[in-house]
Amino acid sequence: MQVNHTKKLVTNLKRGTIIRGKWNGTKYQVIQKLGEGACGVVYLCERNGVQAALKIGTDSSRIITEVNVLKTFQKVQGKRLGPSLLDVDDWVTPDGITFPYYVMEYLRGTELASFLRGKGKEWLGVMMLQLLTDLEELHDQGWVFGDLKTDNLLVTTPPPKLRLIDVGGTTQTGRAIKEYTEFYDRGYWQRGSRKADPSYDLFALTMVMLEIAYGSRFERGAQPKQTLEKKLQHAPVLKPYRPLIQKVWAGGYGHSREMKRDLSSMLSSPAKYKAAEMKNTRVSRRKEAEKTSFASAEAIVIFISVILFYFLYSIVAW
Amino acid sequence: MKKGTLKQILLLTDGCSNQGEDPVAVAALANNQGITVNVIGVLDDDQSEQPDGLEEVEAIAMSGGGVSQIVYQKALSQTVQMVTKQAMTQTLQGVVNQELKQILGEKQTFEELPPDQRGEVMEVVEDLGETCDLEVLVLVDTSASMTPKLSTVKEALFDLSLSLNARSGNNRFSIFCFPNKIKPIQKLMDWTPELDGISKVFPKLASGGITPTGPALKEAMYQFGKKSLFGSMKHASEPYEETGY
Ligand SMILES: Nc1ncnc2c1ncn2[C@@H]1O[C@H](COP(=O)(O)OP(=O)(O)O)[C@@H](O)[C@H]1O
Repeated sequence: MQVNHTKKLVTNLKRGTIIRGKWNGTKYQVIQKLGEGACGVVYLCERNGVQAALKIGTDSSRIITEVNVLKTFQKVQGKRLGPSLLDVDDWVTPDGITFPYYVMEYLRGTELASFLRGKGKEWLGVMMLQLLTDLEELHDQGWVFGDLKTDNLLVTTPPPKLRLIDVGGTTQTGRAIKEYTEFYDRGYWQRGSRKADPSYDLFALTMVMLEIAYGSRFERGAQPKQTLEKKLQHAPVLKPYRPLIQKVWAGGYGHSREMKRDLSSMLSSPAKYKAAEMKNTRVSRRKEAEKTSFASAEAIVIFISVILFYFLYSIVAW
Repeated sequence: MKKGTLKQILLLTDGCSNQGEDPVAVAALANNQGITVNVIGVLDDDQSEQPDGLEEVEAIAMSGGGVSQIVYQKALSQTVQMVTKQAMTQTLQGVVNQELKQILGEKQTFEELPPDQRGEVMEVVEDLGETCDLEVLVLVDTSASMTPKLSTVKEALFDLSLSLNARSGNNRFSIFCFPNKIKPIQKLMDWTPELDGISKVFPKLASGGITPTGPALKEAMYQFGKKSLFGSMKHASEPYEETGY
């Protein structure tokens, strides 16, 4: 594709490079590269002393599609889904080549896997509950996130809050999923279609949990369904979540609200929770005890606030 | 805008053509007839370098108005559906652009539009991509070197129908292979909305070293005209044939 030759021109912009908008003249100064994906490169930038994330690409249709999704999210009052959109423009390089870009809120955060490393396993449940809260909002608005995967989950602190980034796969309910990654795709695992419905995201969420449990993705093998089942049985960290995950796989949740309800009641049931805690203590490698005890204290606070929020929310929803 | 049918040829190969007319020229012809030609070059998973002749992959797709990609077998499924969808978007964008020019009377391409307008155009393109009918003729190079890759190809094509059948528009697929001793292409599967039966279709043939891609493409072009379901080649020069409701 032509795209590949020109993309090189924006994959390594030097610190200090000025990106000036062709349409509105706004200038951004490049600080450093944050990441690179299939359709663009994301840079940390600065404008008038304020930091922002700027995504620049070569495929203007994909960039614009993402902008369209971010725009619909801005219109909604209340909770913010994904980073907020700040600017959309084109940059004409000194060589005269035009690149489309958009500027969004910079989310300073840690990847989910590194955030969870060394923390108590209650954290996985708390993070998934947060994720379900966002998905519920998204699904209520008639959208499905689509390309839900660990790469698209950032944890910002303090307080620890899971945020969704990269809305490239976000699709209107009922349409064909725009973008997906095989490991998280229920079609790949022979567990359903690629039509956007809430349970598509819930399946991907269970795969996020499996990936966290194993520390990596794995192949589907000759019998995808059996592979999944085996992987679930052999992950002690996921033991308390097994019934929940299996219900998702069986297509038992039509909406994220139902799964959230089950997860939050599971997490707040003290007896079961303790029993599970005894058998297995850490998501993965332990770090210093000091850090973890701090972490669990923090967890309780988050925990209570999540449950509180949930109650408030359900009252409002009624 | 009326509902229409997009026509695509998806060529899967692993080498350069070496017999008959130039496939790049044939692809230009196909494009002129309203058919988009996409090409995927398939590498062995242990192949470290791109073999000679694979530049042709890009050249064919470019002149066929389509998308090309060279991939390892492992990534074939994801690539096949991506290339197909990308080519749909590209074609539909062209159509919408054409309509816009008629309205605005300007020589503007999508990229030159201000971001806001681009966003609106993209919404229309997405709606069309979801609802339009699509015909994909899959043309598989089954020459000797491709034989070990055919099970991956099957998997990828099945996966393609999974992706496309999630849309609301109708799909029709057909599968042809080449080379063949007596004909330029051999029909493996007639036009069908699902690719469920695909596991049975590939014959175990290993022909010699000939790869007559050009003649195969040319013959493939005519397979669209032969079936009547979506109308004939009357509006052959339009990339997006309007069939009405
Ligand atoms: N708003 C943001 N704030 C901070 N980092 C970001 C932001 N958006 C993207 N990134 C970083 O850039 C990387 C690539 O961006 P992404 O949008 O996922 O690209 P693509 O859609 O092309 O895969 C992400 O994995 C993340 O690390």
